Amino acid sequence: MTIATLSGFGNRKMETKEQKISVRAFGMIAEKIGSGQIQLTGISTVEELRDSLFEKFPDLKNMKFSIAINKQLVSGNAPIPADSEIALLPPFSGG
Amino acid sequence: MDRFERQHILSGFGIESQQKLQNANVLVIGAGGLGCPILLYLAAAGVGKIGIMDGDVISLSNLNRQVLFGENDLGKAKVSVAADYLRKKYSDIGIEEIPEFITNANALEIMSDYDLIIDGTDNFSTRYLVNDACVLLKKPLVFGAIYEHEGQILVFNSAKEGGTNYRDLYPNPPAATEIPNCNETGVLGVLPGIIGVMMATEAIKVLTGYAESLENKILFFNSLNYQTYTIDFNSNSEFKKLIPGSFEAFRAKDYSLSCETIQSVDWDFALSQMNSDRILVDIREASEMPKLEREEVLYLPMSKLLKESKSLLAAGEVFLFCQSGIRSLKAVTELQKVLPGKSIYSIKGGIAAFLSKQEESNTYGN
Repeated sequence: MTIATLSGFGNRKMETKEQKISVRAFGMIAEKIGSGQIQLTGISTVEELRDSLFEKFPDLKNMKFSIAINKQLVSGNAPIPADSEIALLPPFSGG
Repeated sequence: MDRFERQHILSGFGIESQQKLQNANVLVIGAGGLGCPILLYLAAAGVGKIGIMDGDVISLSNLNRQVLFGENDLGKAKVSVAADYLRKKYSDIGIEEIPEFITNANALEIMSDYDLIIDGTDNFSTRYLVNDACVLLKKPLVFGAIYEHEGQILVFNSAKEGGTNYRDLYPNPPAATEIPNCNETGVLGVLPGIIGVMMATEAIKVLTGYAESLENKILFFNSLNYQTYTIDFNSNSEFKKLIPGSFEAFRAKDYSLSCETIQSVDWDFALSQMNSDRILVDIREASEMPKLEREEVLYLPMSKLLKESKSLLAAGEVFLFCQSGIRSLKAVTELQKVLPGKSIYSIKGGIAAFLSKQEESNTYGN
């Protein structure tokens, strides 16, 4: 299993050859994560991304959101290329 | 010169596009935070016929964002105040009032009269219902929604082949308890103003073909940092199966959110259960109208509910209600944590459902 690390989190900045991805979050998802943008390493599929997010932010398990890779919506366990920008997109309903 | 001079002389827009607006027939569902700016700008732009659909009345807490209404309008129907205001401003457009909430019983008939539907409602049940009806009727839909400082805007189902709909992005609704609406989360009035104006912009693009609309895209906007983020997406035939296949199936579908069925009851059931050890609790804030004038009602706003939950201990069964049934459902979950074992229910559809039930019995009763 790959271990994903929040880069810049704490004082141990890990030097790693694992691929980095940037994750943008919106709405309630950003609230639960505590930021609109984080970096993750060692993630190469959507499944790994979900596992990593749910481990760090258990509240996300009960929330609905769609996922985009490089500004294109994906469904299922899509591969995540190196240096991708991921977006976590919750539905809004307010009006 | 006429009032559209500045649109006539706009390069690429011209008299032709203005004529398309004049001939258009647009239904705005929800005359709230999003609906008010949408209506103001579509009327100003010269959309020939505008339907306004909303079953709600104006309350004090609406006034920070629902800019068509003022202090003298409290308790009045939103659609009639909005329609009067726009009629006074412009004599060259037609305004139609539909003082009802949209349901799967009235949606198809009402929506089929319009060329474009705009969804500015405030809950997921309605949004899925409107989406599915638009797919069935092949009507373009401009969708906008807000959460705190953010908004999202989309255009669905426009005439092009392979048009997308809401279920391509979010196949199924979230659980009711996951999602607050504007009554529960705070909102600065300017946010629905911005998102509503962006929705009106998309409506003008769809109606005239001027510039590219947000078809097959979702735009996120954040009012704190002015960042926008646009995602592309495609239609998905798997998700299309979630939409009722016929008008009959649409009318038969239960659009109330699935988890509501567990702890929710309807008004008929709640009222028939009333006796000395059962109570109705209005969990809305004191300013929210109209009140339910019955002696069994206890007023215990959401903000005090958990602190004062002991006052419910004596009751055998507790029936909570709010404006639309969303907050009360969430309150059931919260309250069950502090009053374990107590029978607590949320009344489906809240006071809005009570009002429409009453209206129904006035219309069809003896």
